[in-house]
Amino acid sequence: MKVAVIGIQGDVYEHIRMTEQAMEELGISGEVVWARRKEHLQGADAVILPGGESTTISKRLKGSGMHEALREMASEGVGIMGTCAGCILLAKEGDDEVYKTGTELLGIMDMEVDRNAFGRQRESFETELDVEGIGTVNAVFIRAPAILRTWGDCRIISEFEGKGVAAVQGKHMALAFHPELTSDTRLHRYFLERVLNG
Amino acid sequence: MAFKLDVDKVPYSVERINRGTERIKRGFAAMQKGGVIMDVTDAEQARIAEEAGAVAVMALERVPADIRAQGGVARMSDPTKIEEIIDAVTIPVMAKARIGHFVEAQILQELGVDMIDESEVLTPADPFYHIDKEQFTVPFVCGARNLGEALRRIFEGAAMIRTKGEAGTGNVIEAVRHQRMIMKEIHQIGNMDDEELFAYSREIQAPFELVKEVAELQRLPVVNFAAGGIATPADAALMMQLGSDGVFVGSGIFKSQNPEKMARAIVEAVHNYDDPAILAKVSRGLGEPMKGLEIDSLDTHLQERGW
Repeated sequence: MKVAVIGIQGDVYEHIRMTEQAMEELGISGEVVWARRKEHLQGADAVILPGGESTTISKRLKGSGMHEALREMASEGVGIMGTCAGCILLAKEGDDEVYKTGTELLGIMDMEVDRNAFGRQRESFETELDVEGIGTVNAVFIRAPAILRTWGDCRIISEFEGKGVAAVQGKHMALAFHPELTSDTRLHRYFLERVLNG
Repeated sequence: MAFKLDVDKVPYSVERINRGTERIKRGFAAMQKGGVIMDVTDAEQARIAEEAGAVAVMALERVPADIRAQGGVARMSDPTKIEEIIDAVTIPVMAKARIGHFVEAQILQELGVDMIDESEVLTPADPFYHIDKEQFTVPFVCGARNLGEALRRIFEGAAMIRTKGEAGTGNVIEAVRHQRMIMKEIHQIGNMDDEELFAYSREIQAPFELVKEVAELQRLPVVNFAAGGIATPADAALMMQLGSDGVFVGSGIFKSQNPEKMARAIVEAVHNYDDPAILAKVSRGLGEPMKGLEIDSLDTHLQERGW
């Protein structure tokens, strides 16, 4: 299995480390690559969009041709997981902040997101969170978005204060929080298993 | 009688939600990695920075080059200015407090600033102590010239370290010096046993536990940015190739002839720091960069503030 972590900006290394560990625990052989250019995506079975600044990452995705490549890969059955900024970019619709900053969403999951839904850094928090199919996880929210609504095959699998914070659609998975900042690999394993099992 | 919180009346149990933890502070810094943080003095500049792809902006009254030129006591910016910048952009906004001036830091936190830079660019306020950064919910970034200084700041609660460099000069030599110094010390301690590490930690006046952690990790336990004198895309890429996690650009952007172009070029250079073909392309036709100063000609060395 080849997993590409989009390595433009943000906590890329943390995701690579978590994915490698999750693969080892699941007994999956393969490689995890730091994808900074379009050619690094070639042959990937799964892609991870890390946390970072969605405005910055979206500009580079466009500029590097990775934006179009990811849309094509998603339509060809490659699973994509996004955390925080990555969750925003996976969505089809965003709030005013998304449009005001000219952020180009990838539009891969049938959901609407609200950027910085829980406030500024001062309000960032960690909490125990129940995620359907996984159990209770320690979720780290940093200037996090929320998933306001979903349609089609997209389904919310976790809520906090009445807002969606995790969703799945086919092989794709969007998380408003950062499992890669903890030592718990369950969410990464869950994603890899979805990719493997279709 | 002690105040008792009625748990049923708050929307969630107070036990269940934690703010300002070390994980959240360091996590915020991790989200900045691979990015460019730009000094801005007003809403218009902040919008230019966001549009160019900055991951965050540093709200200031004057950029370091002007602070240097004009002299006088440099303090925290006017809250009106900071609020204007917070309202103008959606990316994180950072601001500077004077070394040891915890009340300026309290005010900045109250304003909603996302990260506080306890900065030698401003005039220090306390001759004895840096701010006790553990007391704050928002994370701090602090400057350092060597490993000992970096670890003292981390021990006080800094979630991010940056080289001090020599701000406002457009001269990258000091940032390179500090980055190389820190890397050299990290490599040096890699092969030391506990006795040697203990002696070394006393020598550099840093807590033993942190020195040991760095020896094992072979890097700082927090994100490490470059700052102080970065003026061109090549400077930014140089710092990235030397192992920085990202860069702060102060006067380098808005003291150049064409700030929009320079801002975009520096962002491109950081994202493609190891690709000379792209670096050559983005370095073209940027107009005059900031003029810059020789370190030997300076009256004030900002890097000597703090310890």
